Amino acid sequence: MTDTATTQVAATPGPRARKAATHFDANPAKAGWATRIILFVFCVLWLIPLIGALVTSFRTTSAAANTGWWSVIVHPSTLSALTLQNYRSALGGTQDMGAAFVNSLAITLPATFIPILIASFAAYAFTFFEFKGREFLFLTIVAMLVVPNYVAFIPILKLYRDVGISGTFPAVWLAHIGFGMSLAVYILRNYMSTLPNSVVESAKIDGASHYQIFYRLVLPMSVPALASFAIFQFLWVWNDLLVALVFIGPGANQPVTVALTGLQGEFGKGWELVTAGGFITMLVPVIVFLSLQRYFIRGLTAGAVKG
Amino acid sequence: MLVKALVALVTVAAGIGAALLLYFVLNLIAERLPDRWEGRIKPYLFIFPAFLAIAVYLVYPMILTFINSFKDDFSRNWVGIANYRALFESSAFVKGTLFNTLLWILIVPAACVLLGLMVATLADRLGPRGEKTAKTIVFLPMAVALVGSAVIWHFIYDYEPAGSTQIGLLNGILSLFHKSPVTWLETNTLHLNSLLLMVILIWGQVGFSMVLLSAAVKGVPVDTIEAARIDGASERQIFGRIVVPQIRGTIITVFVTVTIGVLKVFDVVYVTTDGNFNTDVLGNQFWTQISTYFNYGAASAIVVIMLAALIPIMWYQVRHFRAEDAA
Repeated sequence: MTDTATTQVAATPGPRARKAATHFDANPAKAGWATRIILFVFCVLWLIPLIGALVTSFRTTSAAANTGWWSVIVHPSTLSALTLQNYRSALGGTQDMGAAFVNSLAITLPATFIPILIASFAAYAFTFFEFKGREFLFLTIVAMLVVPNYVAFIPILKLYRDVGISGTFPAVWLAHIGFGMSLAVYILRNYMSTLPNSVVESAKIDGASHYQIFYRLVLPMSVPALASFAIFQFLWVWNDLLVALVFIGPGANQPVTVALTGLQGEFGKGWELVTAGGFITMLVPVIVFLSLQRYFIRGLTAGAVKG
Repeated sequence: MLVKALVALVTVAAGIGAALLLYFVLNLIAERLPDRWEGRIKPYLFIFPAFLAIAVYLVYPMILTFINSFKDDFSRNWVGIANYRALFESSAFVKGTLFNTLLWILIVPAACVLLGLMVATLADRLGPRGEKTAKTIVFLPMAVALVGSAVIWHFIYDYEPAGSTQIGLLNGILSLFHKSPVTWLETNTLHLNSLLLMVILIWGQVGFSMVLLSAAVKGVPVDTIEAARIDGASERQIFGRIVVPQIRGTIITVFVTVTIGVLKVFDVVYVTTDGNFNTDVLGNQFWTQISTYFNYGAASAIVVIMLAALIPIMWYQVRHFRAEDAA
């Protein structure tokens, strides 16, 4: 593979002229010292809060209460006093971040998967079917993008009390399905409308049913859009506090965000525990985010940047 | 713990299985229909579950919220506009909650766009590796829950009484210069505390704005920039007159998206000050009304105020989409 690639490049005349076609090289305004320094300072400022909390999460109670977190960096001799104890305490303590972690997974996975399933069917219909009211119905979806989920809390809370599912996992799933649906349909339909119509048409001529076209053709071709919505919804549900607070509340089924809020209120000054809890909360989204960043960015920009 | 994990697993499997079954059944129904009907009914069967979800969780509650805002605490009796009057006659709500929300809306989206544009343009001039590192660092806080951000920023804003060691960075710096510590989040002079809370949200949102703007900046045709350069335009002129006008659409998109988010801000205020020291915003006041005062009428009225502010944006979005889709 590598060999053919190099030969091809070598065989192409004037590789320099081709290189200049990229945006970066065509721009003679390359970073001067001022640019580099501004960006460096900006990045350091952006990281300082994270570093401060990360350091604190490994410190002992007395160290965290009596000295600033930066003393670990100023006096590296205190490095040996760092401990994993906070993480152990947070995972087992009164707020039981371990159980909350399982709850968060149980809430987030279906709340991510189910809306994608439902929305991709709808997006398929909006893209490849002609039907009465299609434009109006899709404009409704666009309008619903703006409606805040605050409208739902009181009426749905009453509904849940009547049905008796308040405080359960399905109560939150269904809420997140409803809140995320318009964005999901919007993103997926916009993506599907860029797919070549001829592929679908020829499959139809070959006698494929809509169901087959959907599963075998359109869904596999839409993976980039599916992935980007999945990441978006995953981060949003995992990091959500308000929906969980209203529909589940503190207790046995609480997710990590509610547990972290509880931890903060309870210990007051035990900040080393709270930070450990904070990093337990961040673990999954940061991993998801860093490993799938590319899809996420591609999806974000595909919807918003045109031409 | 193991039992809990198993129960959770079974619930998850059941939920996902039910969703899959739904579509299997829907399709079965469609296939049974006579051919002529299948084509006509299928699109509606396909979009039905999506619209059911939206109807139950947004449309129906929106109507009910509107109605409830004219009813009493527990939505039993009609009270006319009493809820609205009570809110607007309370100076704590008008001069505090409402004014603070307005400040958030005026400052945060603009700051996000400016900082995002700055990072996007400057990073575009670095080499590929430097650009990627800088962008990942700025983007990273997006993955952090706002509750987590509030915890993280505690170590910047914390206050300890004068004389004891400061564990917050800002007061740590002050004590280095032998200045007395400041109660950052309790000082309302010039809305300092609200501004500091906004910093937390900006810290989390600049990454989003940067990613979109960076893609737009890279999409600006190189020839337009080259042409300006040949004509002798300075870098600043190129940025102001060539680049910015061409990415106007994206700037507006980012601005609108962040504004919608800011109007709903809750977590940051709830976890740090819970609206005390004149930092309250609409989102937090909503939660205070339902969790502390159990006043569903006032809470509904707050949501209607929020909706009223969003209607112009909704109108703009729909119009924008129609124009774009027709093109």
